[in-house]
Amino acid sequence: MSEGTLAATVRELRPAAEPRSLVEHSLVQLTLVRFREFLREPEAVFWVFVFPILLAAGLGIAFRNRPADVVKIGAVGVPLGAALRSEKSLAVDLLDHAAAEQALRTGRIVLLAIPKPDGGVSYRYDDTNPDARTARLLADRAVQRAAGRSDPVATRNELVREPGSRYIDFLVPGLLGMNLMGSGIWGLGFAIVDARRKKLLKRLVASPMPRSQYLLSFLLSRLVLLYVEVGAVVGFGVLVFGVPVRGPIWELAVIALLASLSFSALGLLIASRVKTIEAASGLMNFVMLPMWIFSGVFFSSERFPTVFQPFIKALPLTAVIDALRASMLQGVRLSHLGLELAVMTGWLIICFFTALKLFRWR
Amino acid sequence: MILIAEMQIADPTGRGTYWIMPPMLRLAALGVRGLRKAYSDVVAVDGLDLEVRAGECFGLLGPNGAGKTTTIEICEGLVAQDAGTVELLRMRWDSDAGELRQRLGVQLQETQLSEKLTVEETIRLFRSFYRRGPSISEVVEIVQLEDKRRSRVGGLSGGQKQRLAMACALVGDPDLLFLDEPTTGLDPQARRQLWELIEHFRTAGRTIILTTHYMEEAERLCDRVAIMDHGKIIAFGTPRELIASIGAEHMVEFAVDGNAGHIDLTTLEKLEGVRVARSEDGNYTLQVSELHRAVPALFQELARRGIPLTELRTHSATLEDVFVSLTGRRLRDE
Repeated sequence: MSEGTLAATVRELRPAAEPRSLVEHSLVQLTLVRFREFLREPEAVFWVFVFPILLAAGLGIAFRNRPADVVKIGAVGVPLGAALRSEKSLAVDLLDHAAAEQALRTGRIVLLAIPKPDGGVSYRYDDTNPDARTARLLADRAVQRAAGRSDPVATRNELVREPGSRYIDFLVPGLLGMNLMGSGIWGLGFAIVDARRKKLLKRLVASPMPRSQYLLSFLLSRLVLLYVEVGAVVGFGVLVFGVPVRGPIWELAVIALLASLSFSALGLLIASRVKTIEAASGLMNFVMLPMWIFSGVFFSSERFPTVFQPFIKALPLTAVIDALRASMLQGVRLSHLGLELAVMTGWLIICFFTALKLFRWR
Repeated sequence: MILIAEMQIADPTGRGTYWIMPPMLRLAALGVRGLRKAYSDVVAVDGLDLEVRAGECFGLLGPNGAGKTTTIEICEGLVAQDAGTVELLRMRWDSDAGELRQRLGVQLQETQLSEKLTVEETIRLFRSFYRRGPSISEVVEIVQLEDKRRSRVGGLSGGQKQRLAMACALVGDPDLLFLDEPTTGLDPQARRQLWELIEHFRTAGRTIILTTHYMEEAERLCDRVAIMDHGKIIAFGTPRELIASIGAEHMVEFAVDGNAGHIDLTTLEKLEGVRVARSEDGNYTLQVSELHRAVPALFQELARRGIPLTELRTHSATLEDVFVSLTGRRLRDE
């Protein structure tokens, strides 16, 4: 009797697998473990769900567009003050010279108007401050009109305050992208490195667990948490600040999905060999820091010099945020977001396959 | 292999005739030949041969760094060997890994199970990997964690955690159970509980391979043991055989007044009933075949020389003494 057939005989002598319910399937159990570990970590829940909302609320309030925004300026001398007060958009403080200089330095006023002995007026202000430049134009108009200037062309104002162009509108997709990056990279990376450090990975591969299911369980749990996360941030923006979602919801969902997969792949790559939490943490910050700075979470990435732009555009977070903003704020369709989707897919494929090659279970 | 052949002939239990038993029981549970594994700086396993019979509890003994864990992890399919063959349940890792994983129970050194899961959730997870096996309740009952069933793993004591690790090794109803230092770091009571668990499993006719550096554990649990040192097996047999092999049933340890000077070892070895004498830092150890003759003879000799005795202990010879007599070193010091 050859050894092969003997082994086969032994196998036949063992009872067949028992039928079992779906919930007892290993993939379901592994995914449930992911949820349990996440939900039983209050800090994780805070950072993923509560923090972005608090941040959006805080920044949304700080940078809200005040409806009747007045600019504070200072004036020396009663006649000049009276002339300036005819302009409704200016709040004029009458100050003596020393107090006025002090107020200008501390930013309490953005512009100081001083009468000159020859009947002229001098404006002191910082020309790099947009508010100060506005104040300069308004103040000068008021002074000239008080001195008798009349406008040769009749003009009329039509006010448009449209959602989609405010700071909060710009901010929400940025926060969403940042959140997707954080939960993808931390969520996957930390859990894997922690399991490796505790030799739990080694124990799992000593069992008949299908190894692909272990990684798949992270993906499945991300898929569910991802939509809770996106729903919370976008829902908050829409309900509280009226942030527009102009593109189709399902396209927003596709972008979020692709983003989350790319960042998870990046997290997997970071976690493929690292054995300690400290090393993982350093590596993750090293990877995420450039994106926090360059990818335009809080301000437009266009502000960086042109030479950096190809590098910035190649970062996954830039692609994610650009795509989210285009879809939410301008209603740009997926078919016109080819570059962004290609960048995300590229990161996904490169990171995932490199991670599979490098990955160590022990 | 020669060593193994000799041990089978000398096997006092008569299991050497198991060719008349049904094929299932006749199978060697584990066969290892010419196993070698070197790491960059050290040869961990150096030409190891081993055969473990179906249904026995087999102990791999040795000090830390002897190569026990490397050997067992190669057998578990977690580490690849440099040379040699490993056959488990008539299967091999390169061709039958999937089937083998289903039929092995494994408990590793130092595994920390997820602290946020409950006992039941942990067992349920591991149970889901196996095609067949006992129910969750049965496993919980076997490892006596019924009242901790819904507790988080993080809140368990060391002994309870170790029993949970055991539960995870048992959920697939394994034919072969590997336990790597299952009781290291446990208090005596927790250790005894775990021993009962291992004995229970063995009574059920399953094969167990365990490593330990606790000699009393090996003597109590193991049918046969192999003592390892520097990646090699230096002794092999039943605990009783190994203890008998040093030709002494008892050990006498004594110390004398520090000012009394050195006692010549050959003088001690000439005493009635004494086989071997050793000294270390003013402490003397005698391997003794007849305690009732050796002790009076020792008293007489010391009285004749006027040397006062400051300490005297005797105990039955143990596997520890076997290791010391083979290597001149103690097991646990390293």
